Amino acid sequence: MKRKSVSYAKWGYIFLIPFFVVYCVFALWPLIQTFYYSFMDYQMDKGSMQGGWTRQVVEVKPEWCGFDNYSNIFSSSGDFFQTIWNTVIMWLIGFIPQILVSLLLAVWFTDLNLKLKAQGFFKTVIYLPNVIMASAIAFLFYNLCSKGGALYDIFGFDMLAENAWSARAVVGFINFVLWYGNTTILLMAAIMGVDPSLYEAAQIDGATSTDIFWKITMPLIRPILSFVLITSLIGGLQMYDVPSLITNDNGNPIVEGKPMLKTIVMIIQTNKDGDIGKAAALSILIFIFTAVVGLTMMLTSEDNDKKKKKKKARG
Amino acid sequence: MANLKKVLAGTLGLCMAASMLTACGDSDSSSSSDSKAAAKKGGSGISESKDRVNTAELHGKDSSEESKNTVKIYCWNTEFKSRLDTYYEKGADALPVEKDADGSITSIDGKKIEWVQIENEGNAYQTKLDEALKGQGDSDDKVDMFLMEADYALKYANGDVALSVQDLGLTADDMSEMYQYTKDVATDTATGELKGVSWQATPGLFMYNRNYAKEVLGSDDPATVQEAVKDWDAFTDTAAKMKEKGIFMVSGFDDTYRCFSNNVSAPWVDADGKVTVDPQIKAWVDQTKEYTDAGYNNKTSLWDEAWAAGQKIDGKVFGYFYSTWGIPFCLLPNTLETSVEDGGKEEVGNGGYGLWGAVEGPQAYYWGGTWICGAIDSDNQDIVASIMKVMTCDKDVAKAITEGEQDYTNNKAAIKELIDGGYTNPFLGGQNHLELLTAAADKISLDNKISAYDQGCNEKFQGAMKDYFLGNTSTYEDALQAFKTALTELYPTLTYDF
Repeated sequence: MKRKSVSYAKWGYIFLIPFFVVYCVFALWPLIQTFYYSFMDYQMDKGSMQGGWTRQVVEVKPEWCGFDNYSNIFSSSGDFFQTIWNTVIMWLIGFIPQILVSLLLAVWFTDLNLKLKAQGFFKTVIYLPNVIMASAIAFLFYNLCSKGGALYDIFGFDMLAENAWSARAVVGFINFVLWYGNTTILLMAAIMGVDPSLYEAAQIDGATSTDIFWKITMPLIRPILSFVLITSLIGGLQMYDVPSLITNDNGNPIVEGKPMLKTIVMIIQTNKDGDIGKAAALSILIFIFTAVVGLTMMLTSEDNDKKKKKKKARG
Repeated sequence: MANLKKVLAGTLGLCMAASMLTACGDSDSSSSSDSKAAAKKGGSGISESKDRVNTAELHGKDSSEESKNTVKIYCWNTEFKSRLDTYYEKGADALPVEKDADGSITSIDGKKIEWVQIENEGNAYQTKLDEALKGQGDSDDKVDMFLMEADYALKYANGDVALSVQDLGLTADDMSEMYQYTKDVATDTATGELKGVSWQATPGLFMYNRNYAKEVLGSDDPATVQEAVKDWDAFTDTAAKMKEKGIFMVSGFDDTYRCFSNNVSAPWVDADGKVTVDPQIKAWVDQTKEYTDAGYNNKTSLWDEAWAAGQKIDGKVFGYFYSTWGIPFCLLPNTLETSVEDGGKEEVGNGGYGLWGAVEGPQAYYWGGTWICGAIDSDNQDIVASIMKVMTCDKDVAKAITEGEQDYTNNKAAIKELIDGGYTNPFLGGQNHLELLTAAADKISLDNKISAYDQGCNEKFQGAMKDYFLGNTSTYEDALQAFKTALTELYPTLTYDF
């Protein structure tokens, strides 16, 4: 008689429990609370202790205020749009060179014809900046750019203080240095996943390496490319550490009264101990913004896949 | 399978997007529970009573054994720690201490000393300290002592989170030699009780580079130099002379700030929570803009490397506005050619040692200072009281600190004895700068000059104006709006008249 096969499925669920418990307590519940607080008028006065031991306590109670927090954000004389613009522009300055350099490196490292030596060493070196703390590298650049630093001597002005675009370029460059290694590894994995027989066939047919890159590599690593793009965008919209550390939280240079390096999350971070309702509303806004952009990208890349499948079926 | 992948990818994406909201959510929940906890305490009936309440009574949850054996001190730098390590045991009433190999005190009277050091800038220290003090009642790990600055002292003195000094056993007699202004800073405005004490008084002076004084003014004699900087007009004229020789009058934008901000006619924030920019502050903006455009300063910001580098004896900066702690804590280490860590000695011949001078400068002011407070509900009040008494009331300790550290201590009798004893300061080329400081200290008055929001206001104002000086923002009005935006983020409850 055959024994009935044992189902191990329940163990899968049991092992998942710790993750879901931790997620619900530390992520899902605060997330729901953030939604709740974004509709509350909840401001803390940081210049007082709100009462104390022997005296009447001035309790700060969140009060329902509907969409006031949101309308305040949008009406605050364009400051919000300025920070979105700052964030996106700094992300682009970092992301464009990052994806180009990473693609190039990934192609080189996976190209068997090049026979690169000491690959392990170079891969480690390329990835290394990613493990440096952002605070360390921001501090380094702050000193390089300020008076007496090497970059100040080369360019003759304080790149972080005197010009908005040079300051943004420095932030973009730091983000590029920190993240291109990570992207290279991802793209290398993607390229190595491509069937080598395709490359061989193309070579036999006389394709140049440019042809191979554009007609085989690029189309086949598209899903990973869009993954890199979406994750980088999500990370980029939450840009905080580098611009905050490099400008002491001020987001300067302040050009005509508007901070040029202030990002959305920097506002959230400074508001979270003071105007909690506004900080929550801002968080929700980036959540919506990220969700919309992410979904759009996911849908468009899916459409492409479907079209291709149809083509294949027809062919 | 394809569907499952999509669902998985979607969930992952959602999780990633959701995780960014976590941090904010967390702090929301913790702060709301804190205020609820505080409400419970306040509602217990004591609050309405007009009778004096002994602040030394314990209110909250019992503390753990470990907390009872640990003196936990909140601070933002190592200044007080190094004073305590060196001078506490010299006190007549000091309790027995144990020290480690580096000379740090590890325990007083068998109770372990634990320092919690948090960066002061950007209100980080205040935020952490607020959290700790608000949670003090429900915590079994009590804060025993905390340090505070004049810029936000009112918040803690009025906030009912510091022990009254009298409940710790310090008498008016003990504190009779202290400067009145150091008491005013830490006095609860509602009850008039003193909540914190300081071992130092911080009148400010103008420290100048003697070599440049000889080169430009013809003499490094303090009287000549004082004549050249006796008011702001003279100061500006001298700045022009310095410029001709390629020397900057001051290093950066913020150097003269305290001279103006300590002479305001009203505090940054009034009792109704309205922010005003005092004419003195505006005068600082106008002057600094003029100096920047004319090249009288080196466009640095406080504490920057270039700012510190100007304090080398050939640093091309004529002078720095420094209060008392500035000599031992900044100017001396910055001007030495070979630092003490590298084996250099604090003696004439090592860099700028002995080549600096001090004068009163154009305007009397004070800058900084650290006040020691006992945290309410502390479980080591005897140690706190002993530290306060030894470090701030003991005349001999005060004398030793001034002699050893060139710090100006908050004890008139000790200072007088030193002056009478023919004190000279080798760092300042044998000058007796205590006399100058005494004159300046007597002029300090804080009457209607400070508010609990000063740290944020000062930092954000200097931050916003920096871009006006540099020319990134072309009008003062725009810079002022940037200040308003930045301050609103920090203190959302304030209102503005501009």
